[in-house]
Amino acid sequence: MAATVKVMRRPEPGKTSYLRAALKGMGLTFKHMVNTEKVTLQYPEEQPDLSSRWRGTHRMEVHADGRPKCVACGLCPTVCPANCIRLVGGEDDNGNRYPIVYEIDEFRCIFCGMCQEVCPVEAIHVGVHFENGEYTRDRFVYDLDRLMEQDHAVTHLWDPSDPRSE
Amino acid sequence: MEELSPTAFLISSSIKVFAVFSAAMLIVAYMTLLERRVSAFIQDRLGPNRVGPFGLLQPIADGLKNILKEETLPATANRTFFILGPMLSLIPALVTFAVIPFAAPLPTPWGVVDMIVADIPIGILYVLAFASLGVYGIFLGGWASNNKYAFLGAVRSSSQMVSYEVALGLSLIPVLMLAGNVTLTDIVWQQQLMGFWFVFPLSLAFILFVISAFAETNRLPFDLPEAESELVTGYHTEYSSMKFSMFFIAEYSHILMASALMATLFLGGWSIPFWNGANAYYHDGAWIQGFTAAGEPIPAQLAWWKTLLTLLAFAVKTGFFVLVFVWVRWTLPRFRYDQVMHLGWKVMLPTALGYLMLIAATILVLDQLAVEGFLFGFVLTVVSLLCTLGFVFFLDRDRIISGASVPPHRLTPSPVTRAESETLSPEMAARALGEQ
Repeated sequence: MAATVKVMRRPEPGKTSYLRAALKGMGLTFKHMVNTEKVTLQYPEEQPDLSSRWRGTHRMEVHADGRPKCVACGLCPTVCPANCIRLVGGEDDNGNRYPIVYEIDEFRCIFCGMCQEVCPVEAIHVGVHFENGEYTRDRFVYDLDRLMEQDHAVTHLWDPSDPRSE
Repeated sequence: MEELSPTAFLISSSIKVFAVFSAAMLIVAYMTLLERRVSAFIQDRLGPNRVGPFGLLQPIADGLKNILKEETLPATANRTFFILGPMLSLIPALVTFAVIPFAAPLPTPWGVVDMIVADIPIGILYVLAFASLGVYGIFLGGWASNNKYAFLGAVRSSSQMVSYEVALGLSLIPVLMLAGNVTLTDIVWQQQLMGFWFVFPLSLAFILFVISAFAETNRLPFDLPEAESELVTGYHTEYSSMKFSMFFIAEYSHILMASALMATLFLGGWSIPFWNGANAYYHDGAWIQGFTAAGEPIPAQLAWWKTLLTLLAFAVKTGFFVLVFVWVRWTLPRFRYDQVMHLGWKVMLPTALGYLMLIAATILVLDQLAVEGFLFGFVLTVVSLLCTLGFVFFLDRDRIISGASVPPHRLTPSPVTRAESETLSPEMAARALGEQ
């Protein structure tokens, strides 16, 4: 499609009113000045309303006995487009697979949420969370314990049959 | 109520110098906060409210930060003038406060202390002289930076200030004619005596003065010397740390000074409206409050609480203008350079001159007819109101500040010629030719 150019008409000479326009502007700014409804969010005290589909840092679901739900199937490191998940799987005496090492490099992560989508046991989730500040870079590689400790809400995946999450 | 002894005069003057200087610096610091808060409110934001209650410690934090910042000195800058620039712009801005009367005289056990740092006989001329010196600082700073943006800002600043100084001076002359003296104490006294603030009998002079004051203080809509969108930040592009702050302090003290001047010249200074009780003027060796109908002086009743009340009145009037300065800045866009020159030389100067003649003639006629007091002020008010209406009507119809680079006869687009149409794409050419 070609770009459309909107041609603004110049006011005809002798028909514009700069003074009235200026006074009108002053009135408008005054109205906003005394308006008590401000858009500023007083952040640390007031928290922003995040969408339930917000994709932030990860969280690993745990069983009631404290074991991670992850079965080390290897789907999430495979699907991860940023290649930020390191998984070394193991098997216990009962033949249950579990993750020996599960690390997510949150710096590499692009928060696409595909790990959550692909997980067959709903173990790994992206979360509704954004306050991730740390003082050192190596703190951004979240290991399994840290992922299990996270307690923020998990992301609501987009559902094609309910596109507006209602 | 005897006169001050020389020692008492020295001590009281020192205290006044110190008090006025500190008050000016403090108010200037808090004007930056006011500017930020008001601009935020206008834009539906909250502004800095974290440092101290309501952000009241923000100016102190800003000042501390600026002192601790690195001082830069551009390699190609002229070192002497680069350092001289901020000083030359700050000092003239601060010394002008000396001649502003800010309250009614204060009676003390050692005599009556008038609330003005220096009641010098040249008053307003002193203000004009030092206010014009401010441009040297801006120009030196811009030139010594050896930076094209800074230099352009400096050139604009000087041309703008020179242009508007003329209109500023001319708009003051009606005030001086009415007051009959150039000291600001006398100007306040005359307004108290007349019972009319000069804003009413000299409304057009007031409007011209306000416009010129905006231009002189380099505030929007006349902030061409800074012009962030075109000149980075104009004359202080190369400045950092406290040198940069000094330019800012100078700008805000100019605003404060202009506001105080407007309050003094046109809004009766420290006098309280509809109340003569606090009026005081040093006349023939005694403080008087006014004259009886027979022309006998009435002795003034001085009191410390009257001093405080009048100080409050002065602060309210000045504060109002400071607020207007901020309010206008966050409403109006910047003038183009040619519009500034056009407005200054072709509109303000002739208007101020014509108005001056008219007011002079009116005063002469009224004096010949021996009209005095309320009627005198009333006639002048009517004359000025008519002038103002005419000026506003004229200003309001696009006759003054039109798109000066596009004269009215060229506002309709010229027809596209066949030769020009060949440089266009086929459909554009067809459209252009078809519209003829």
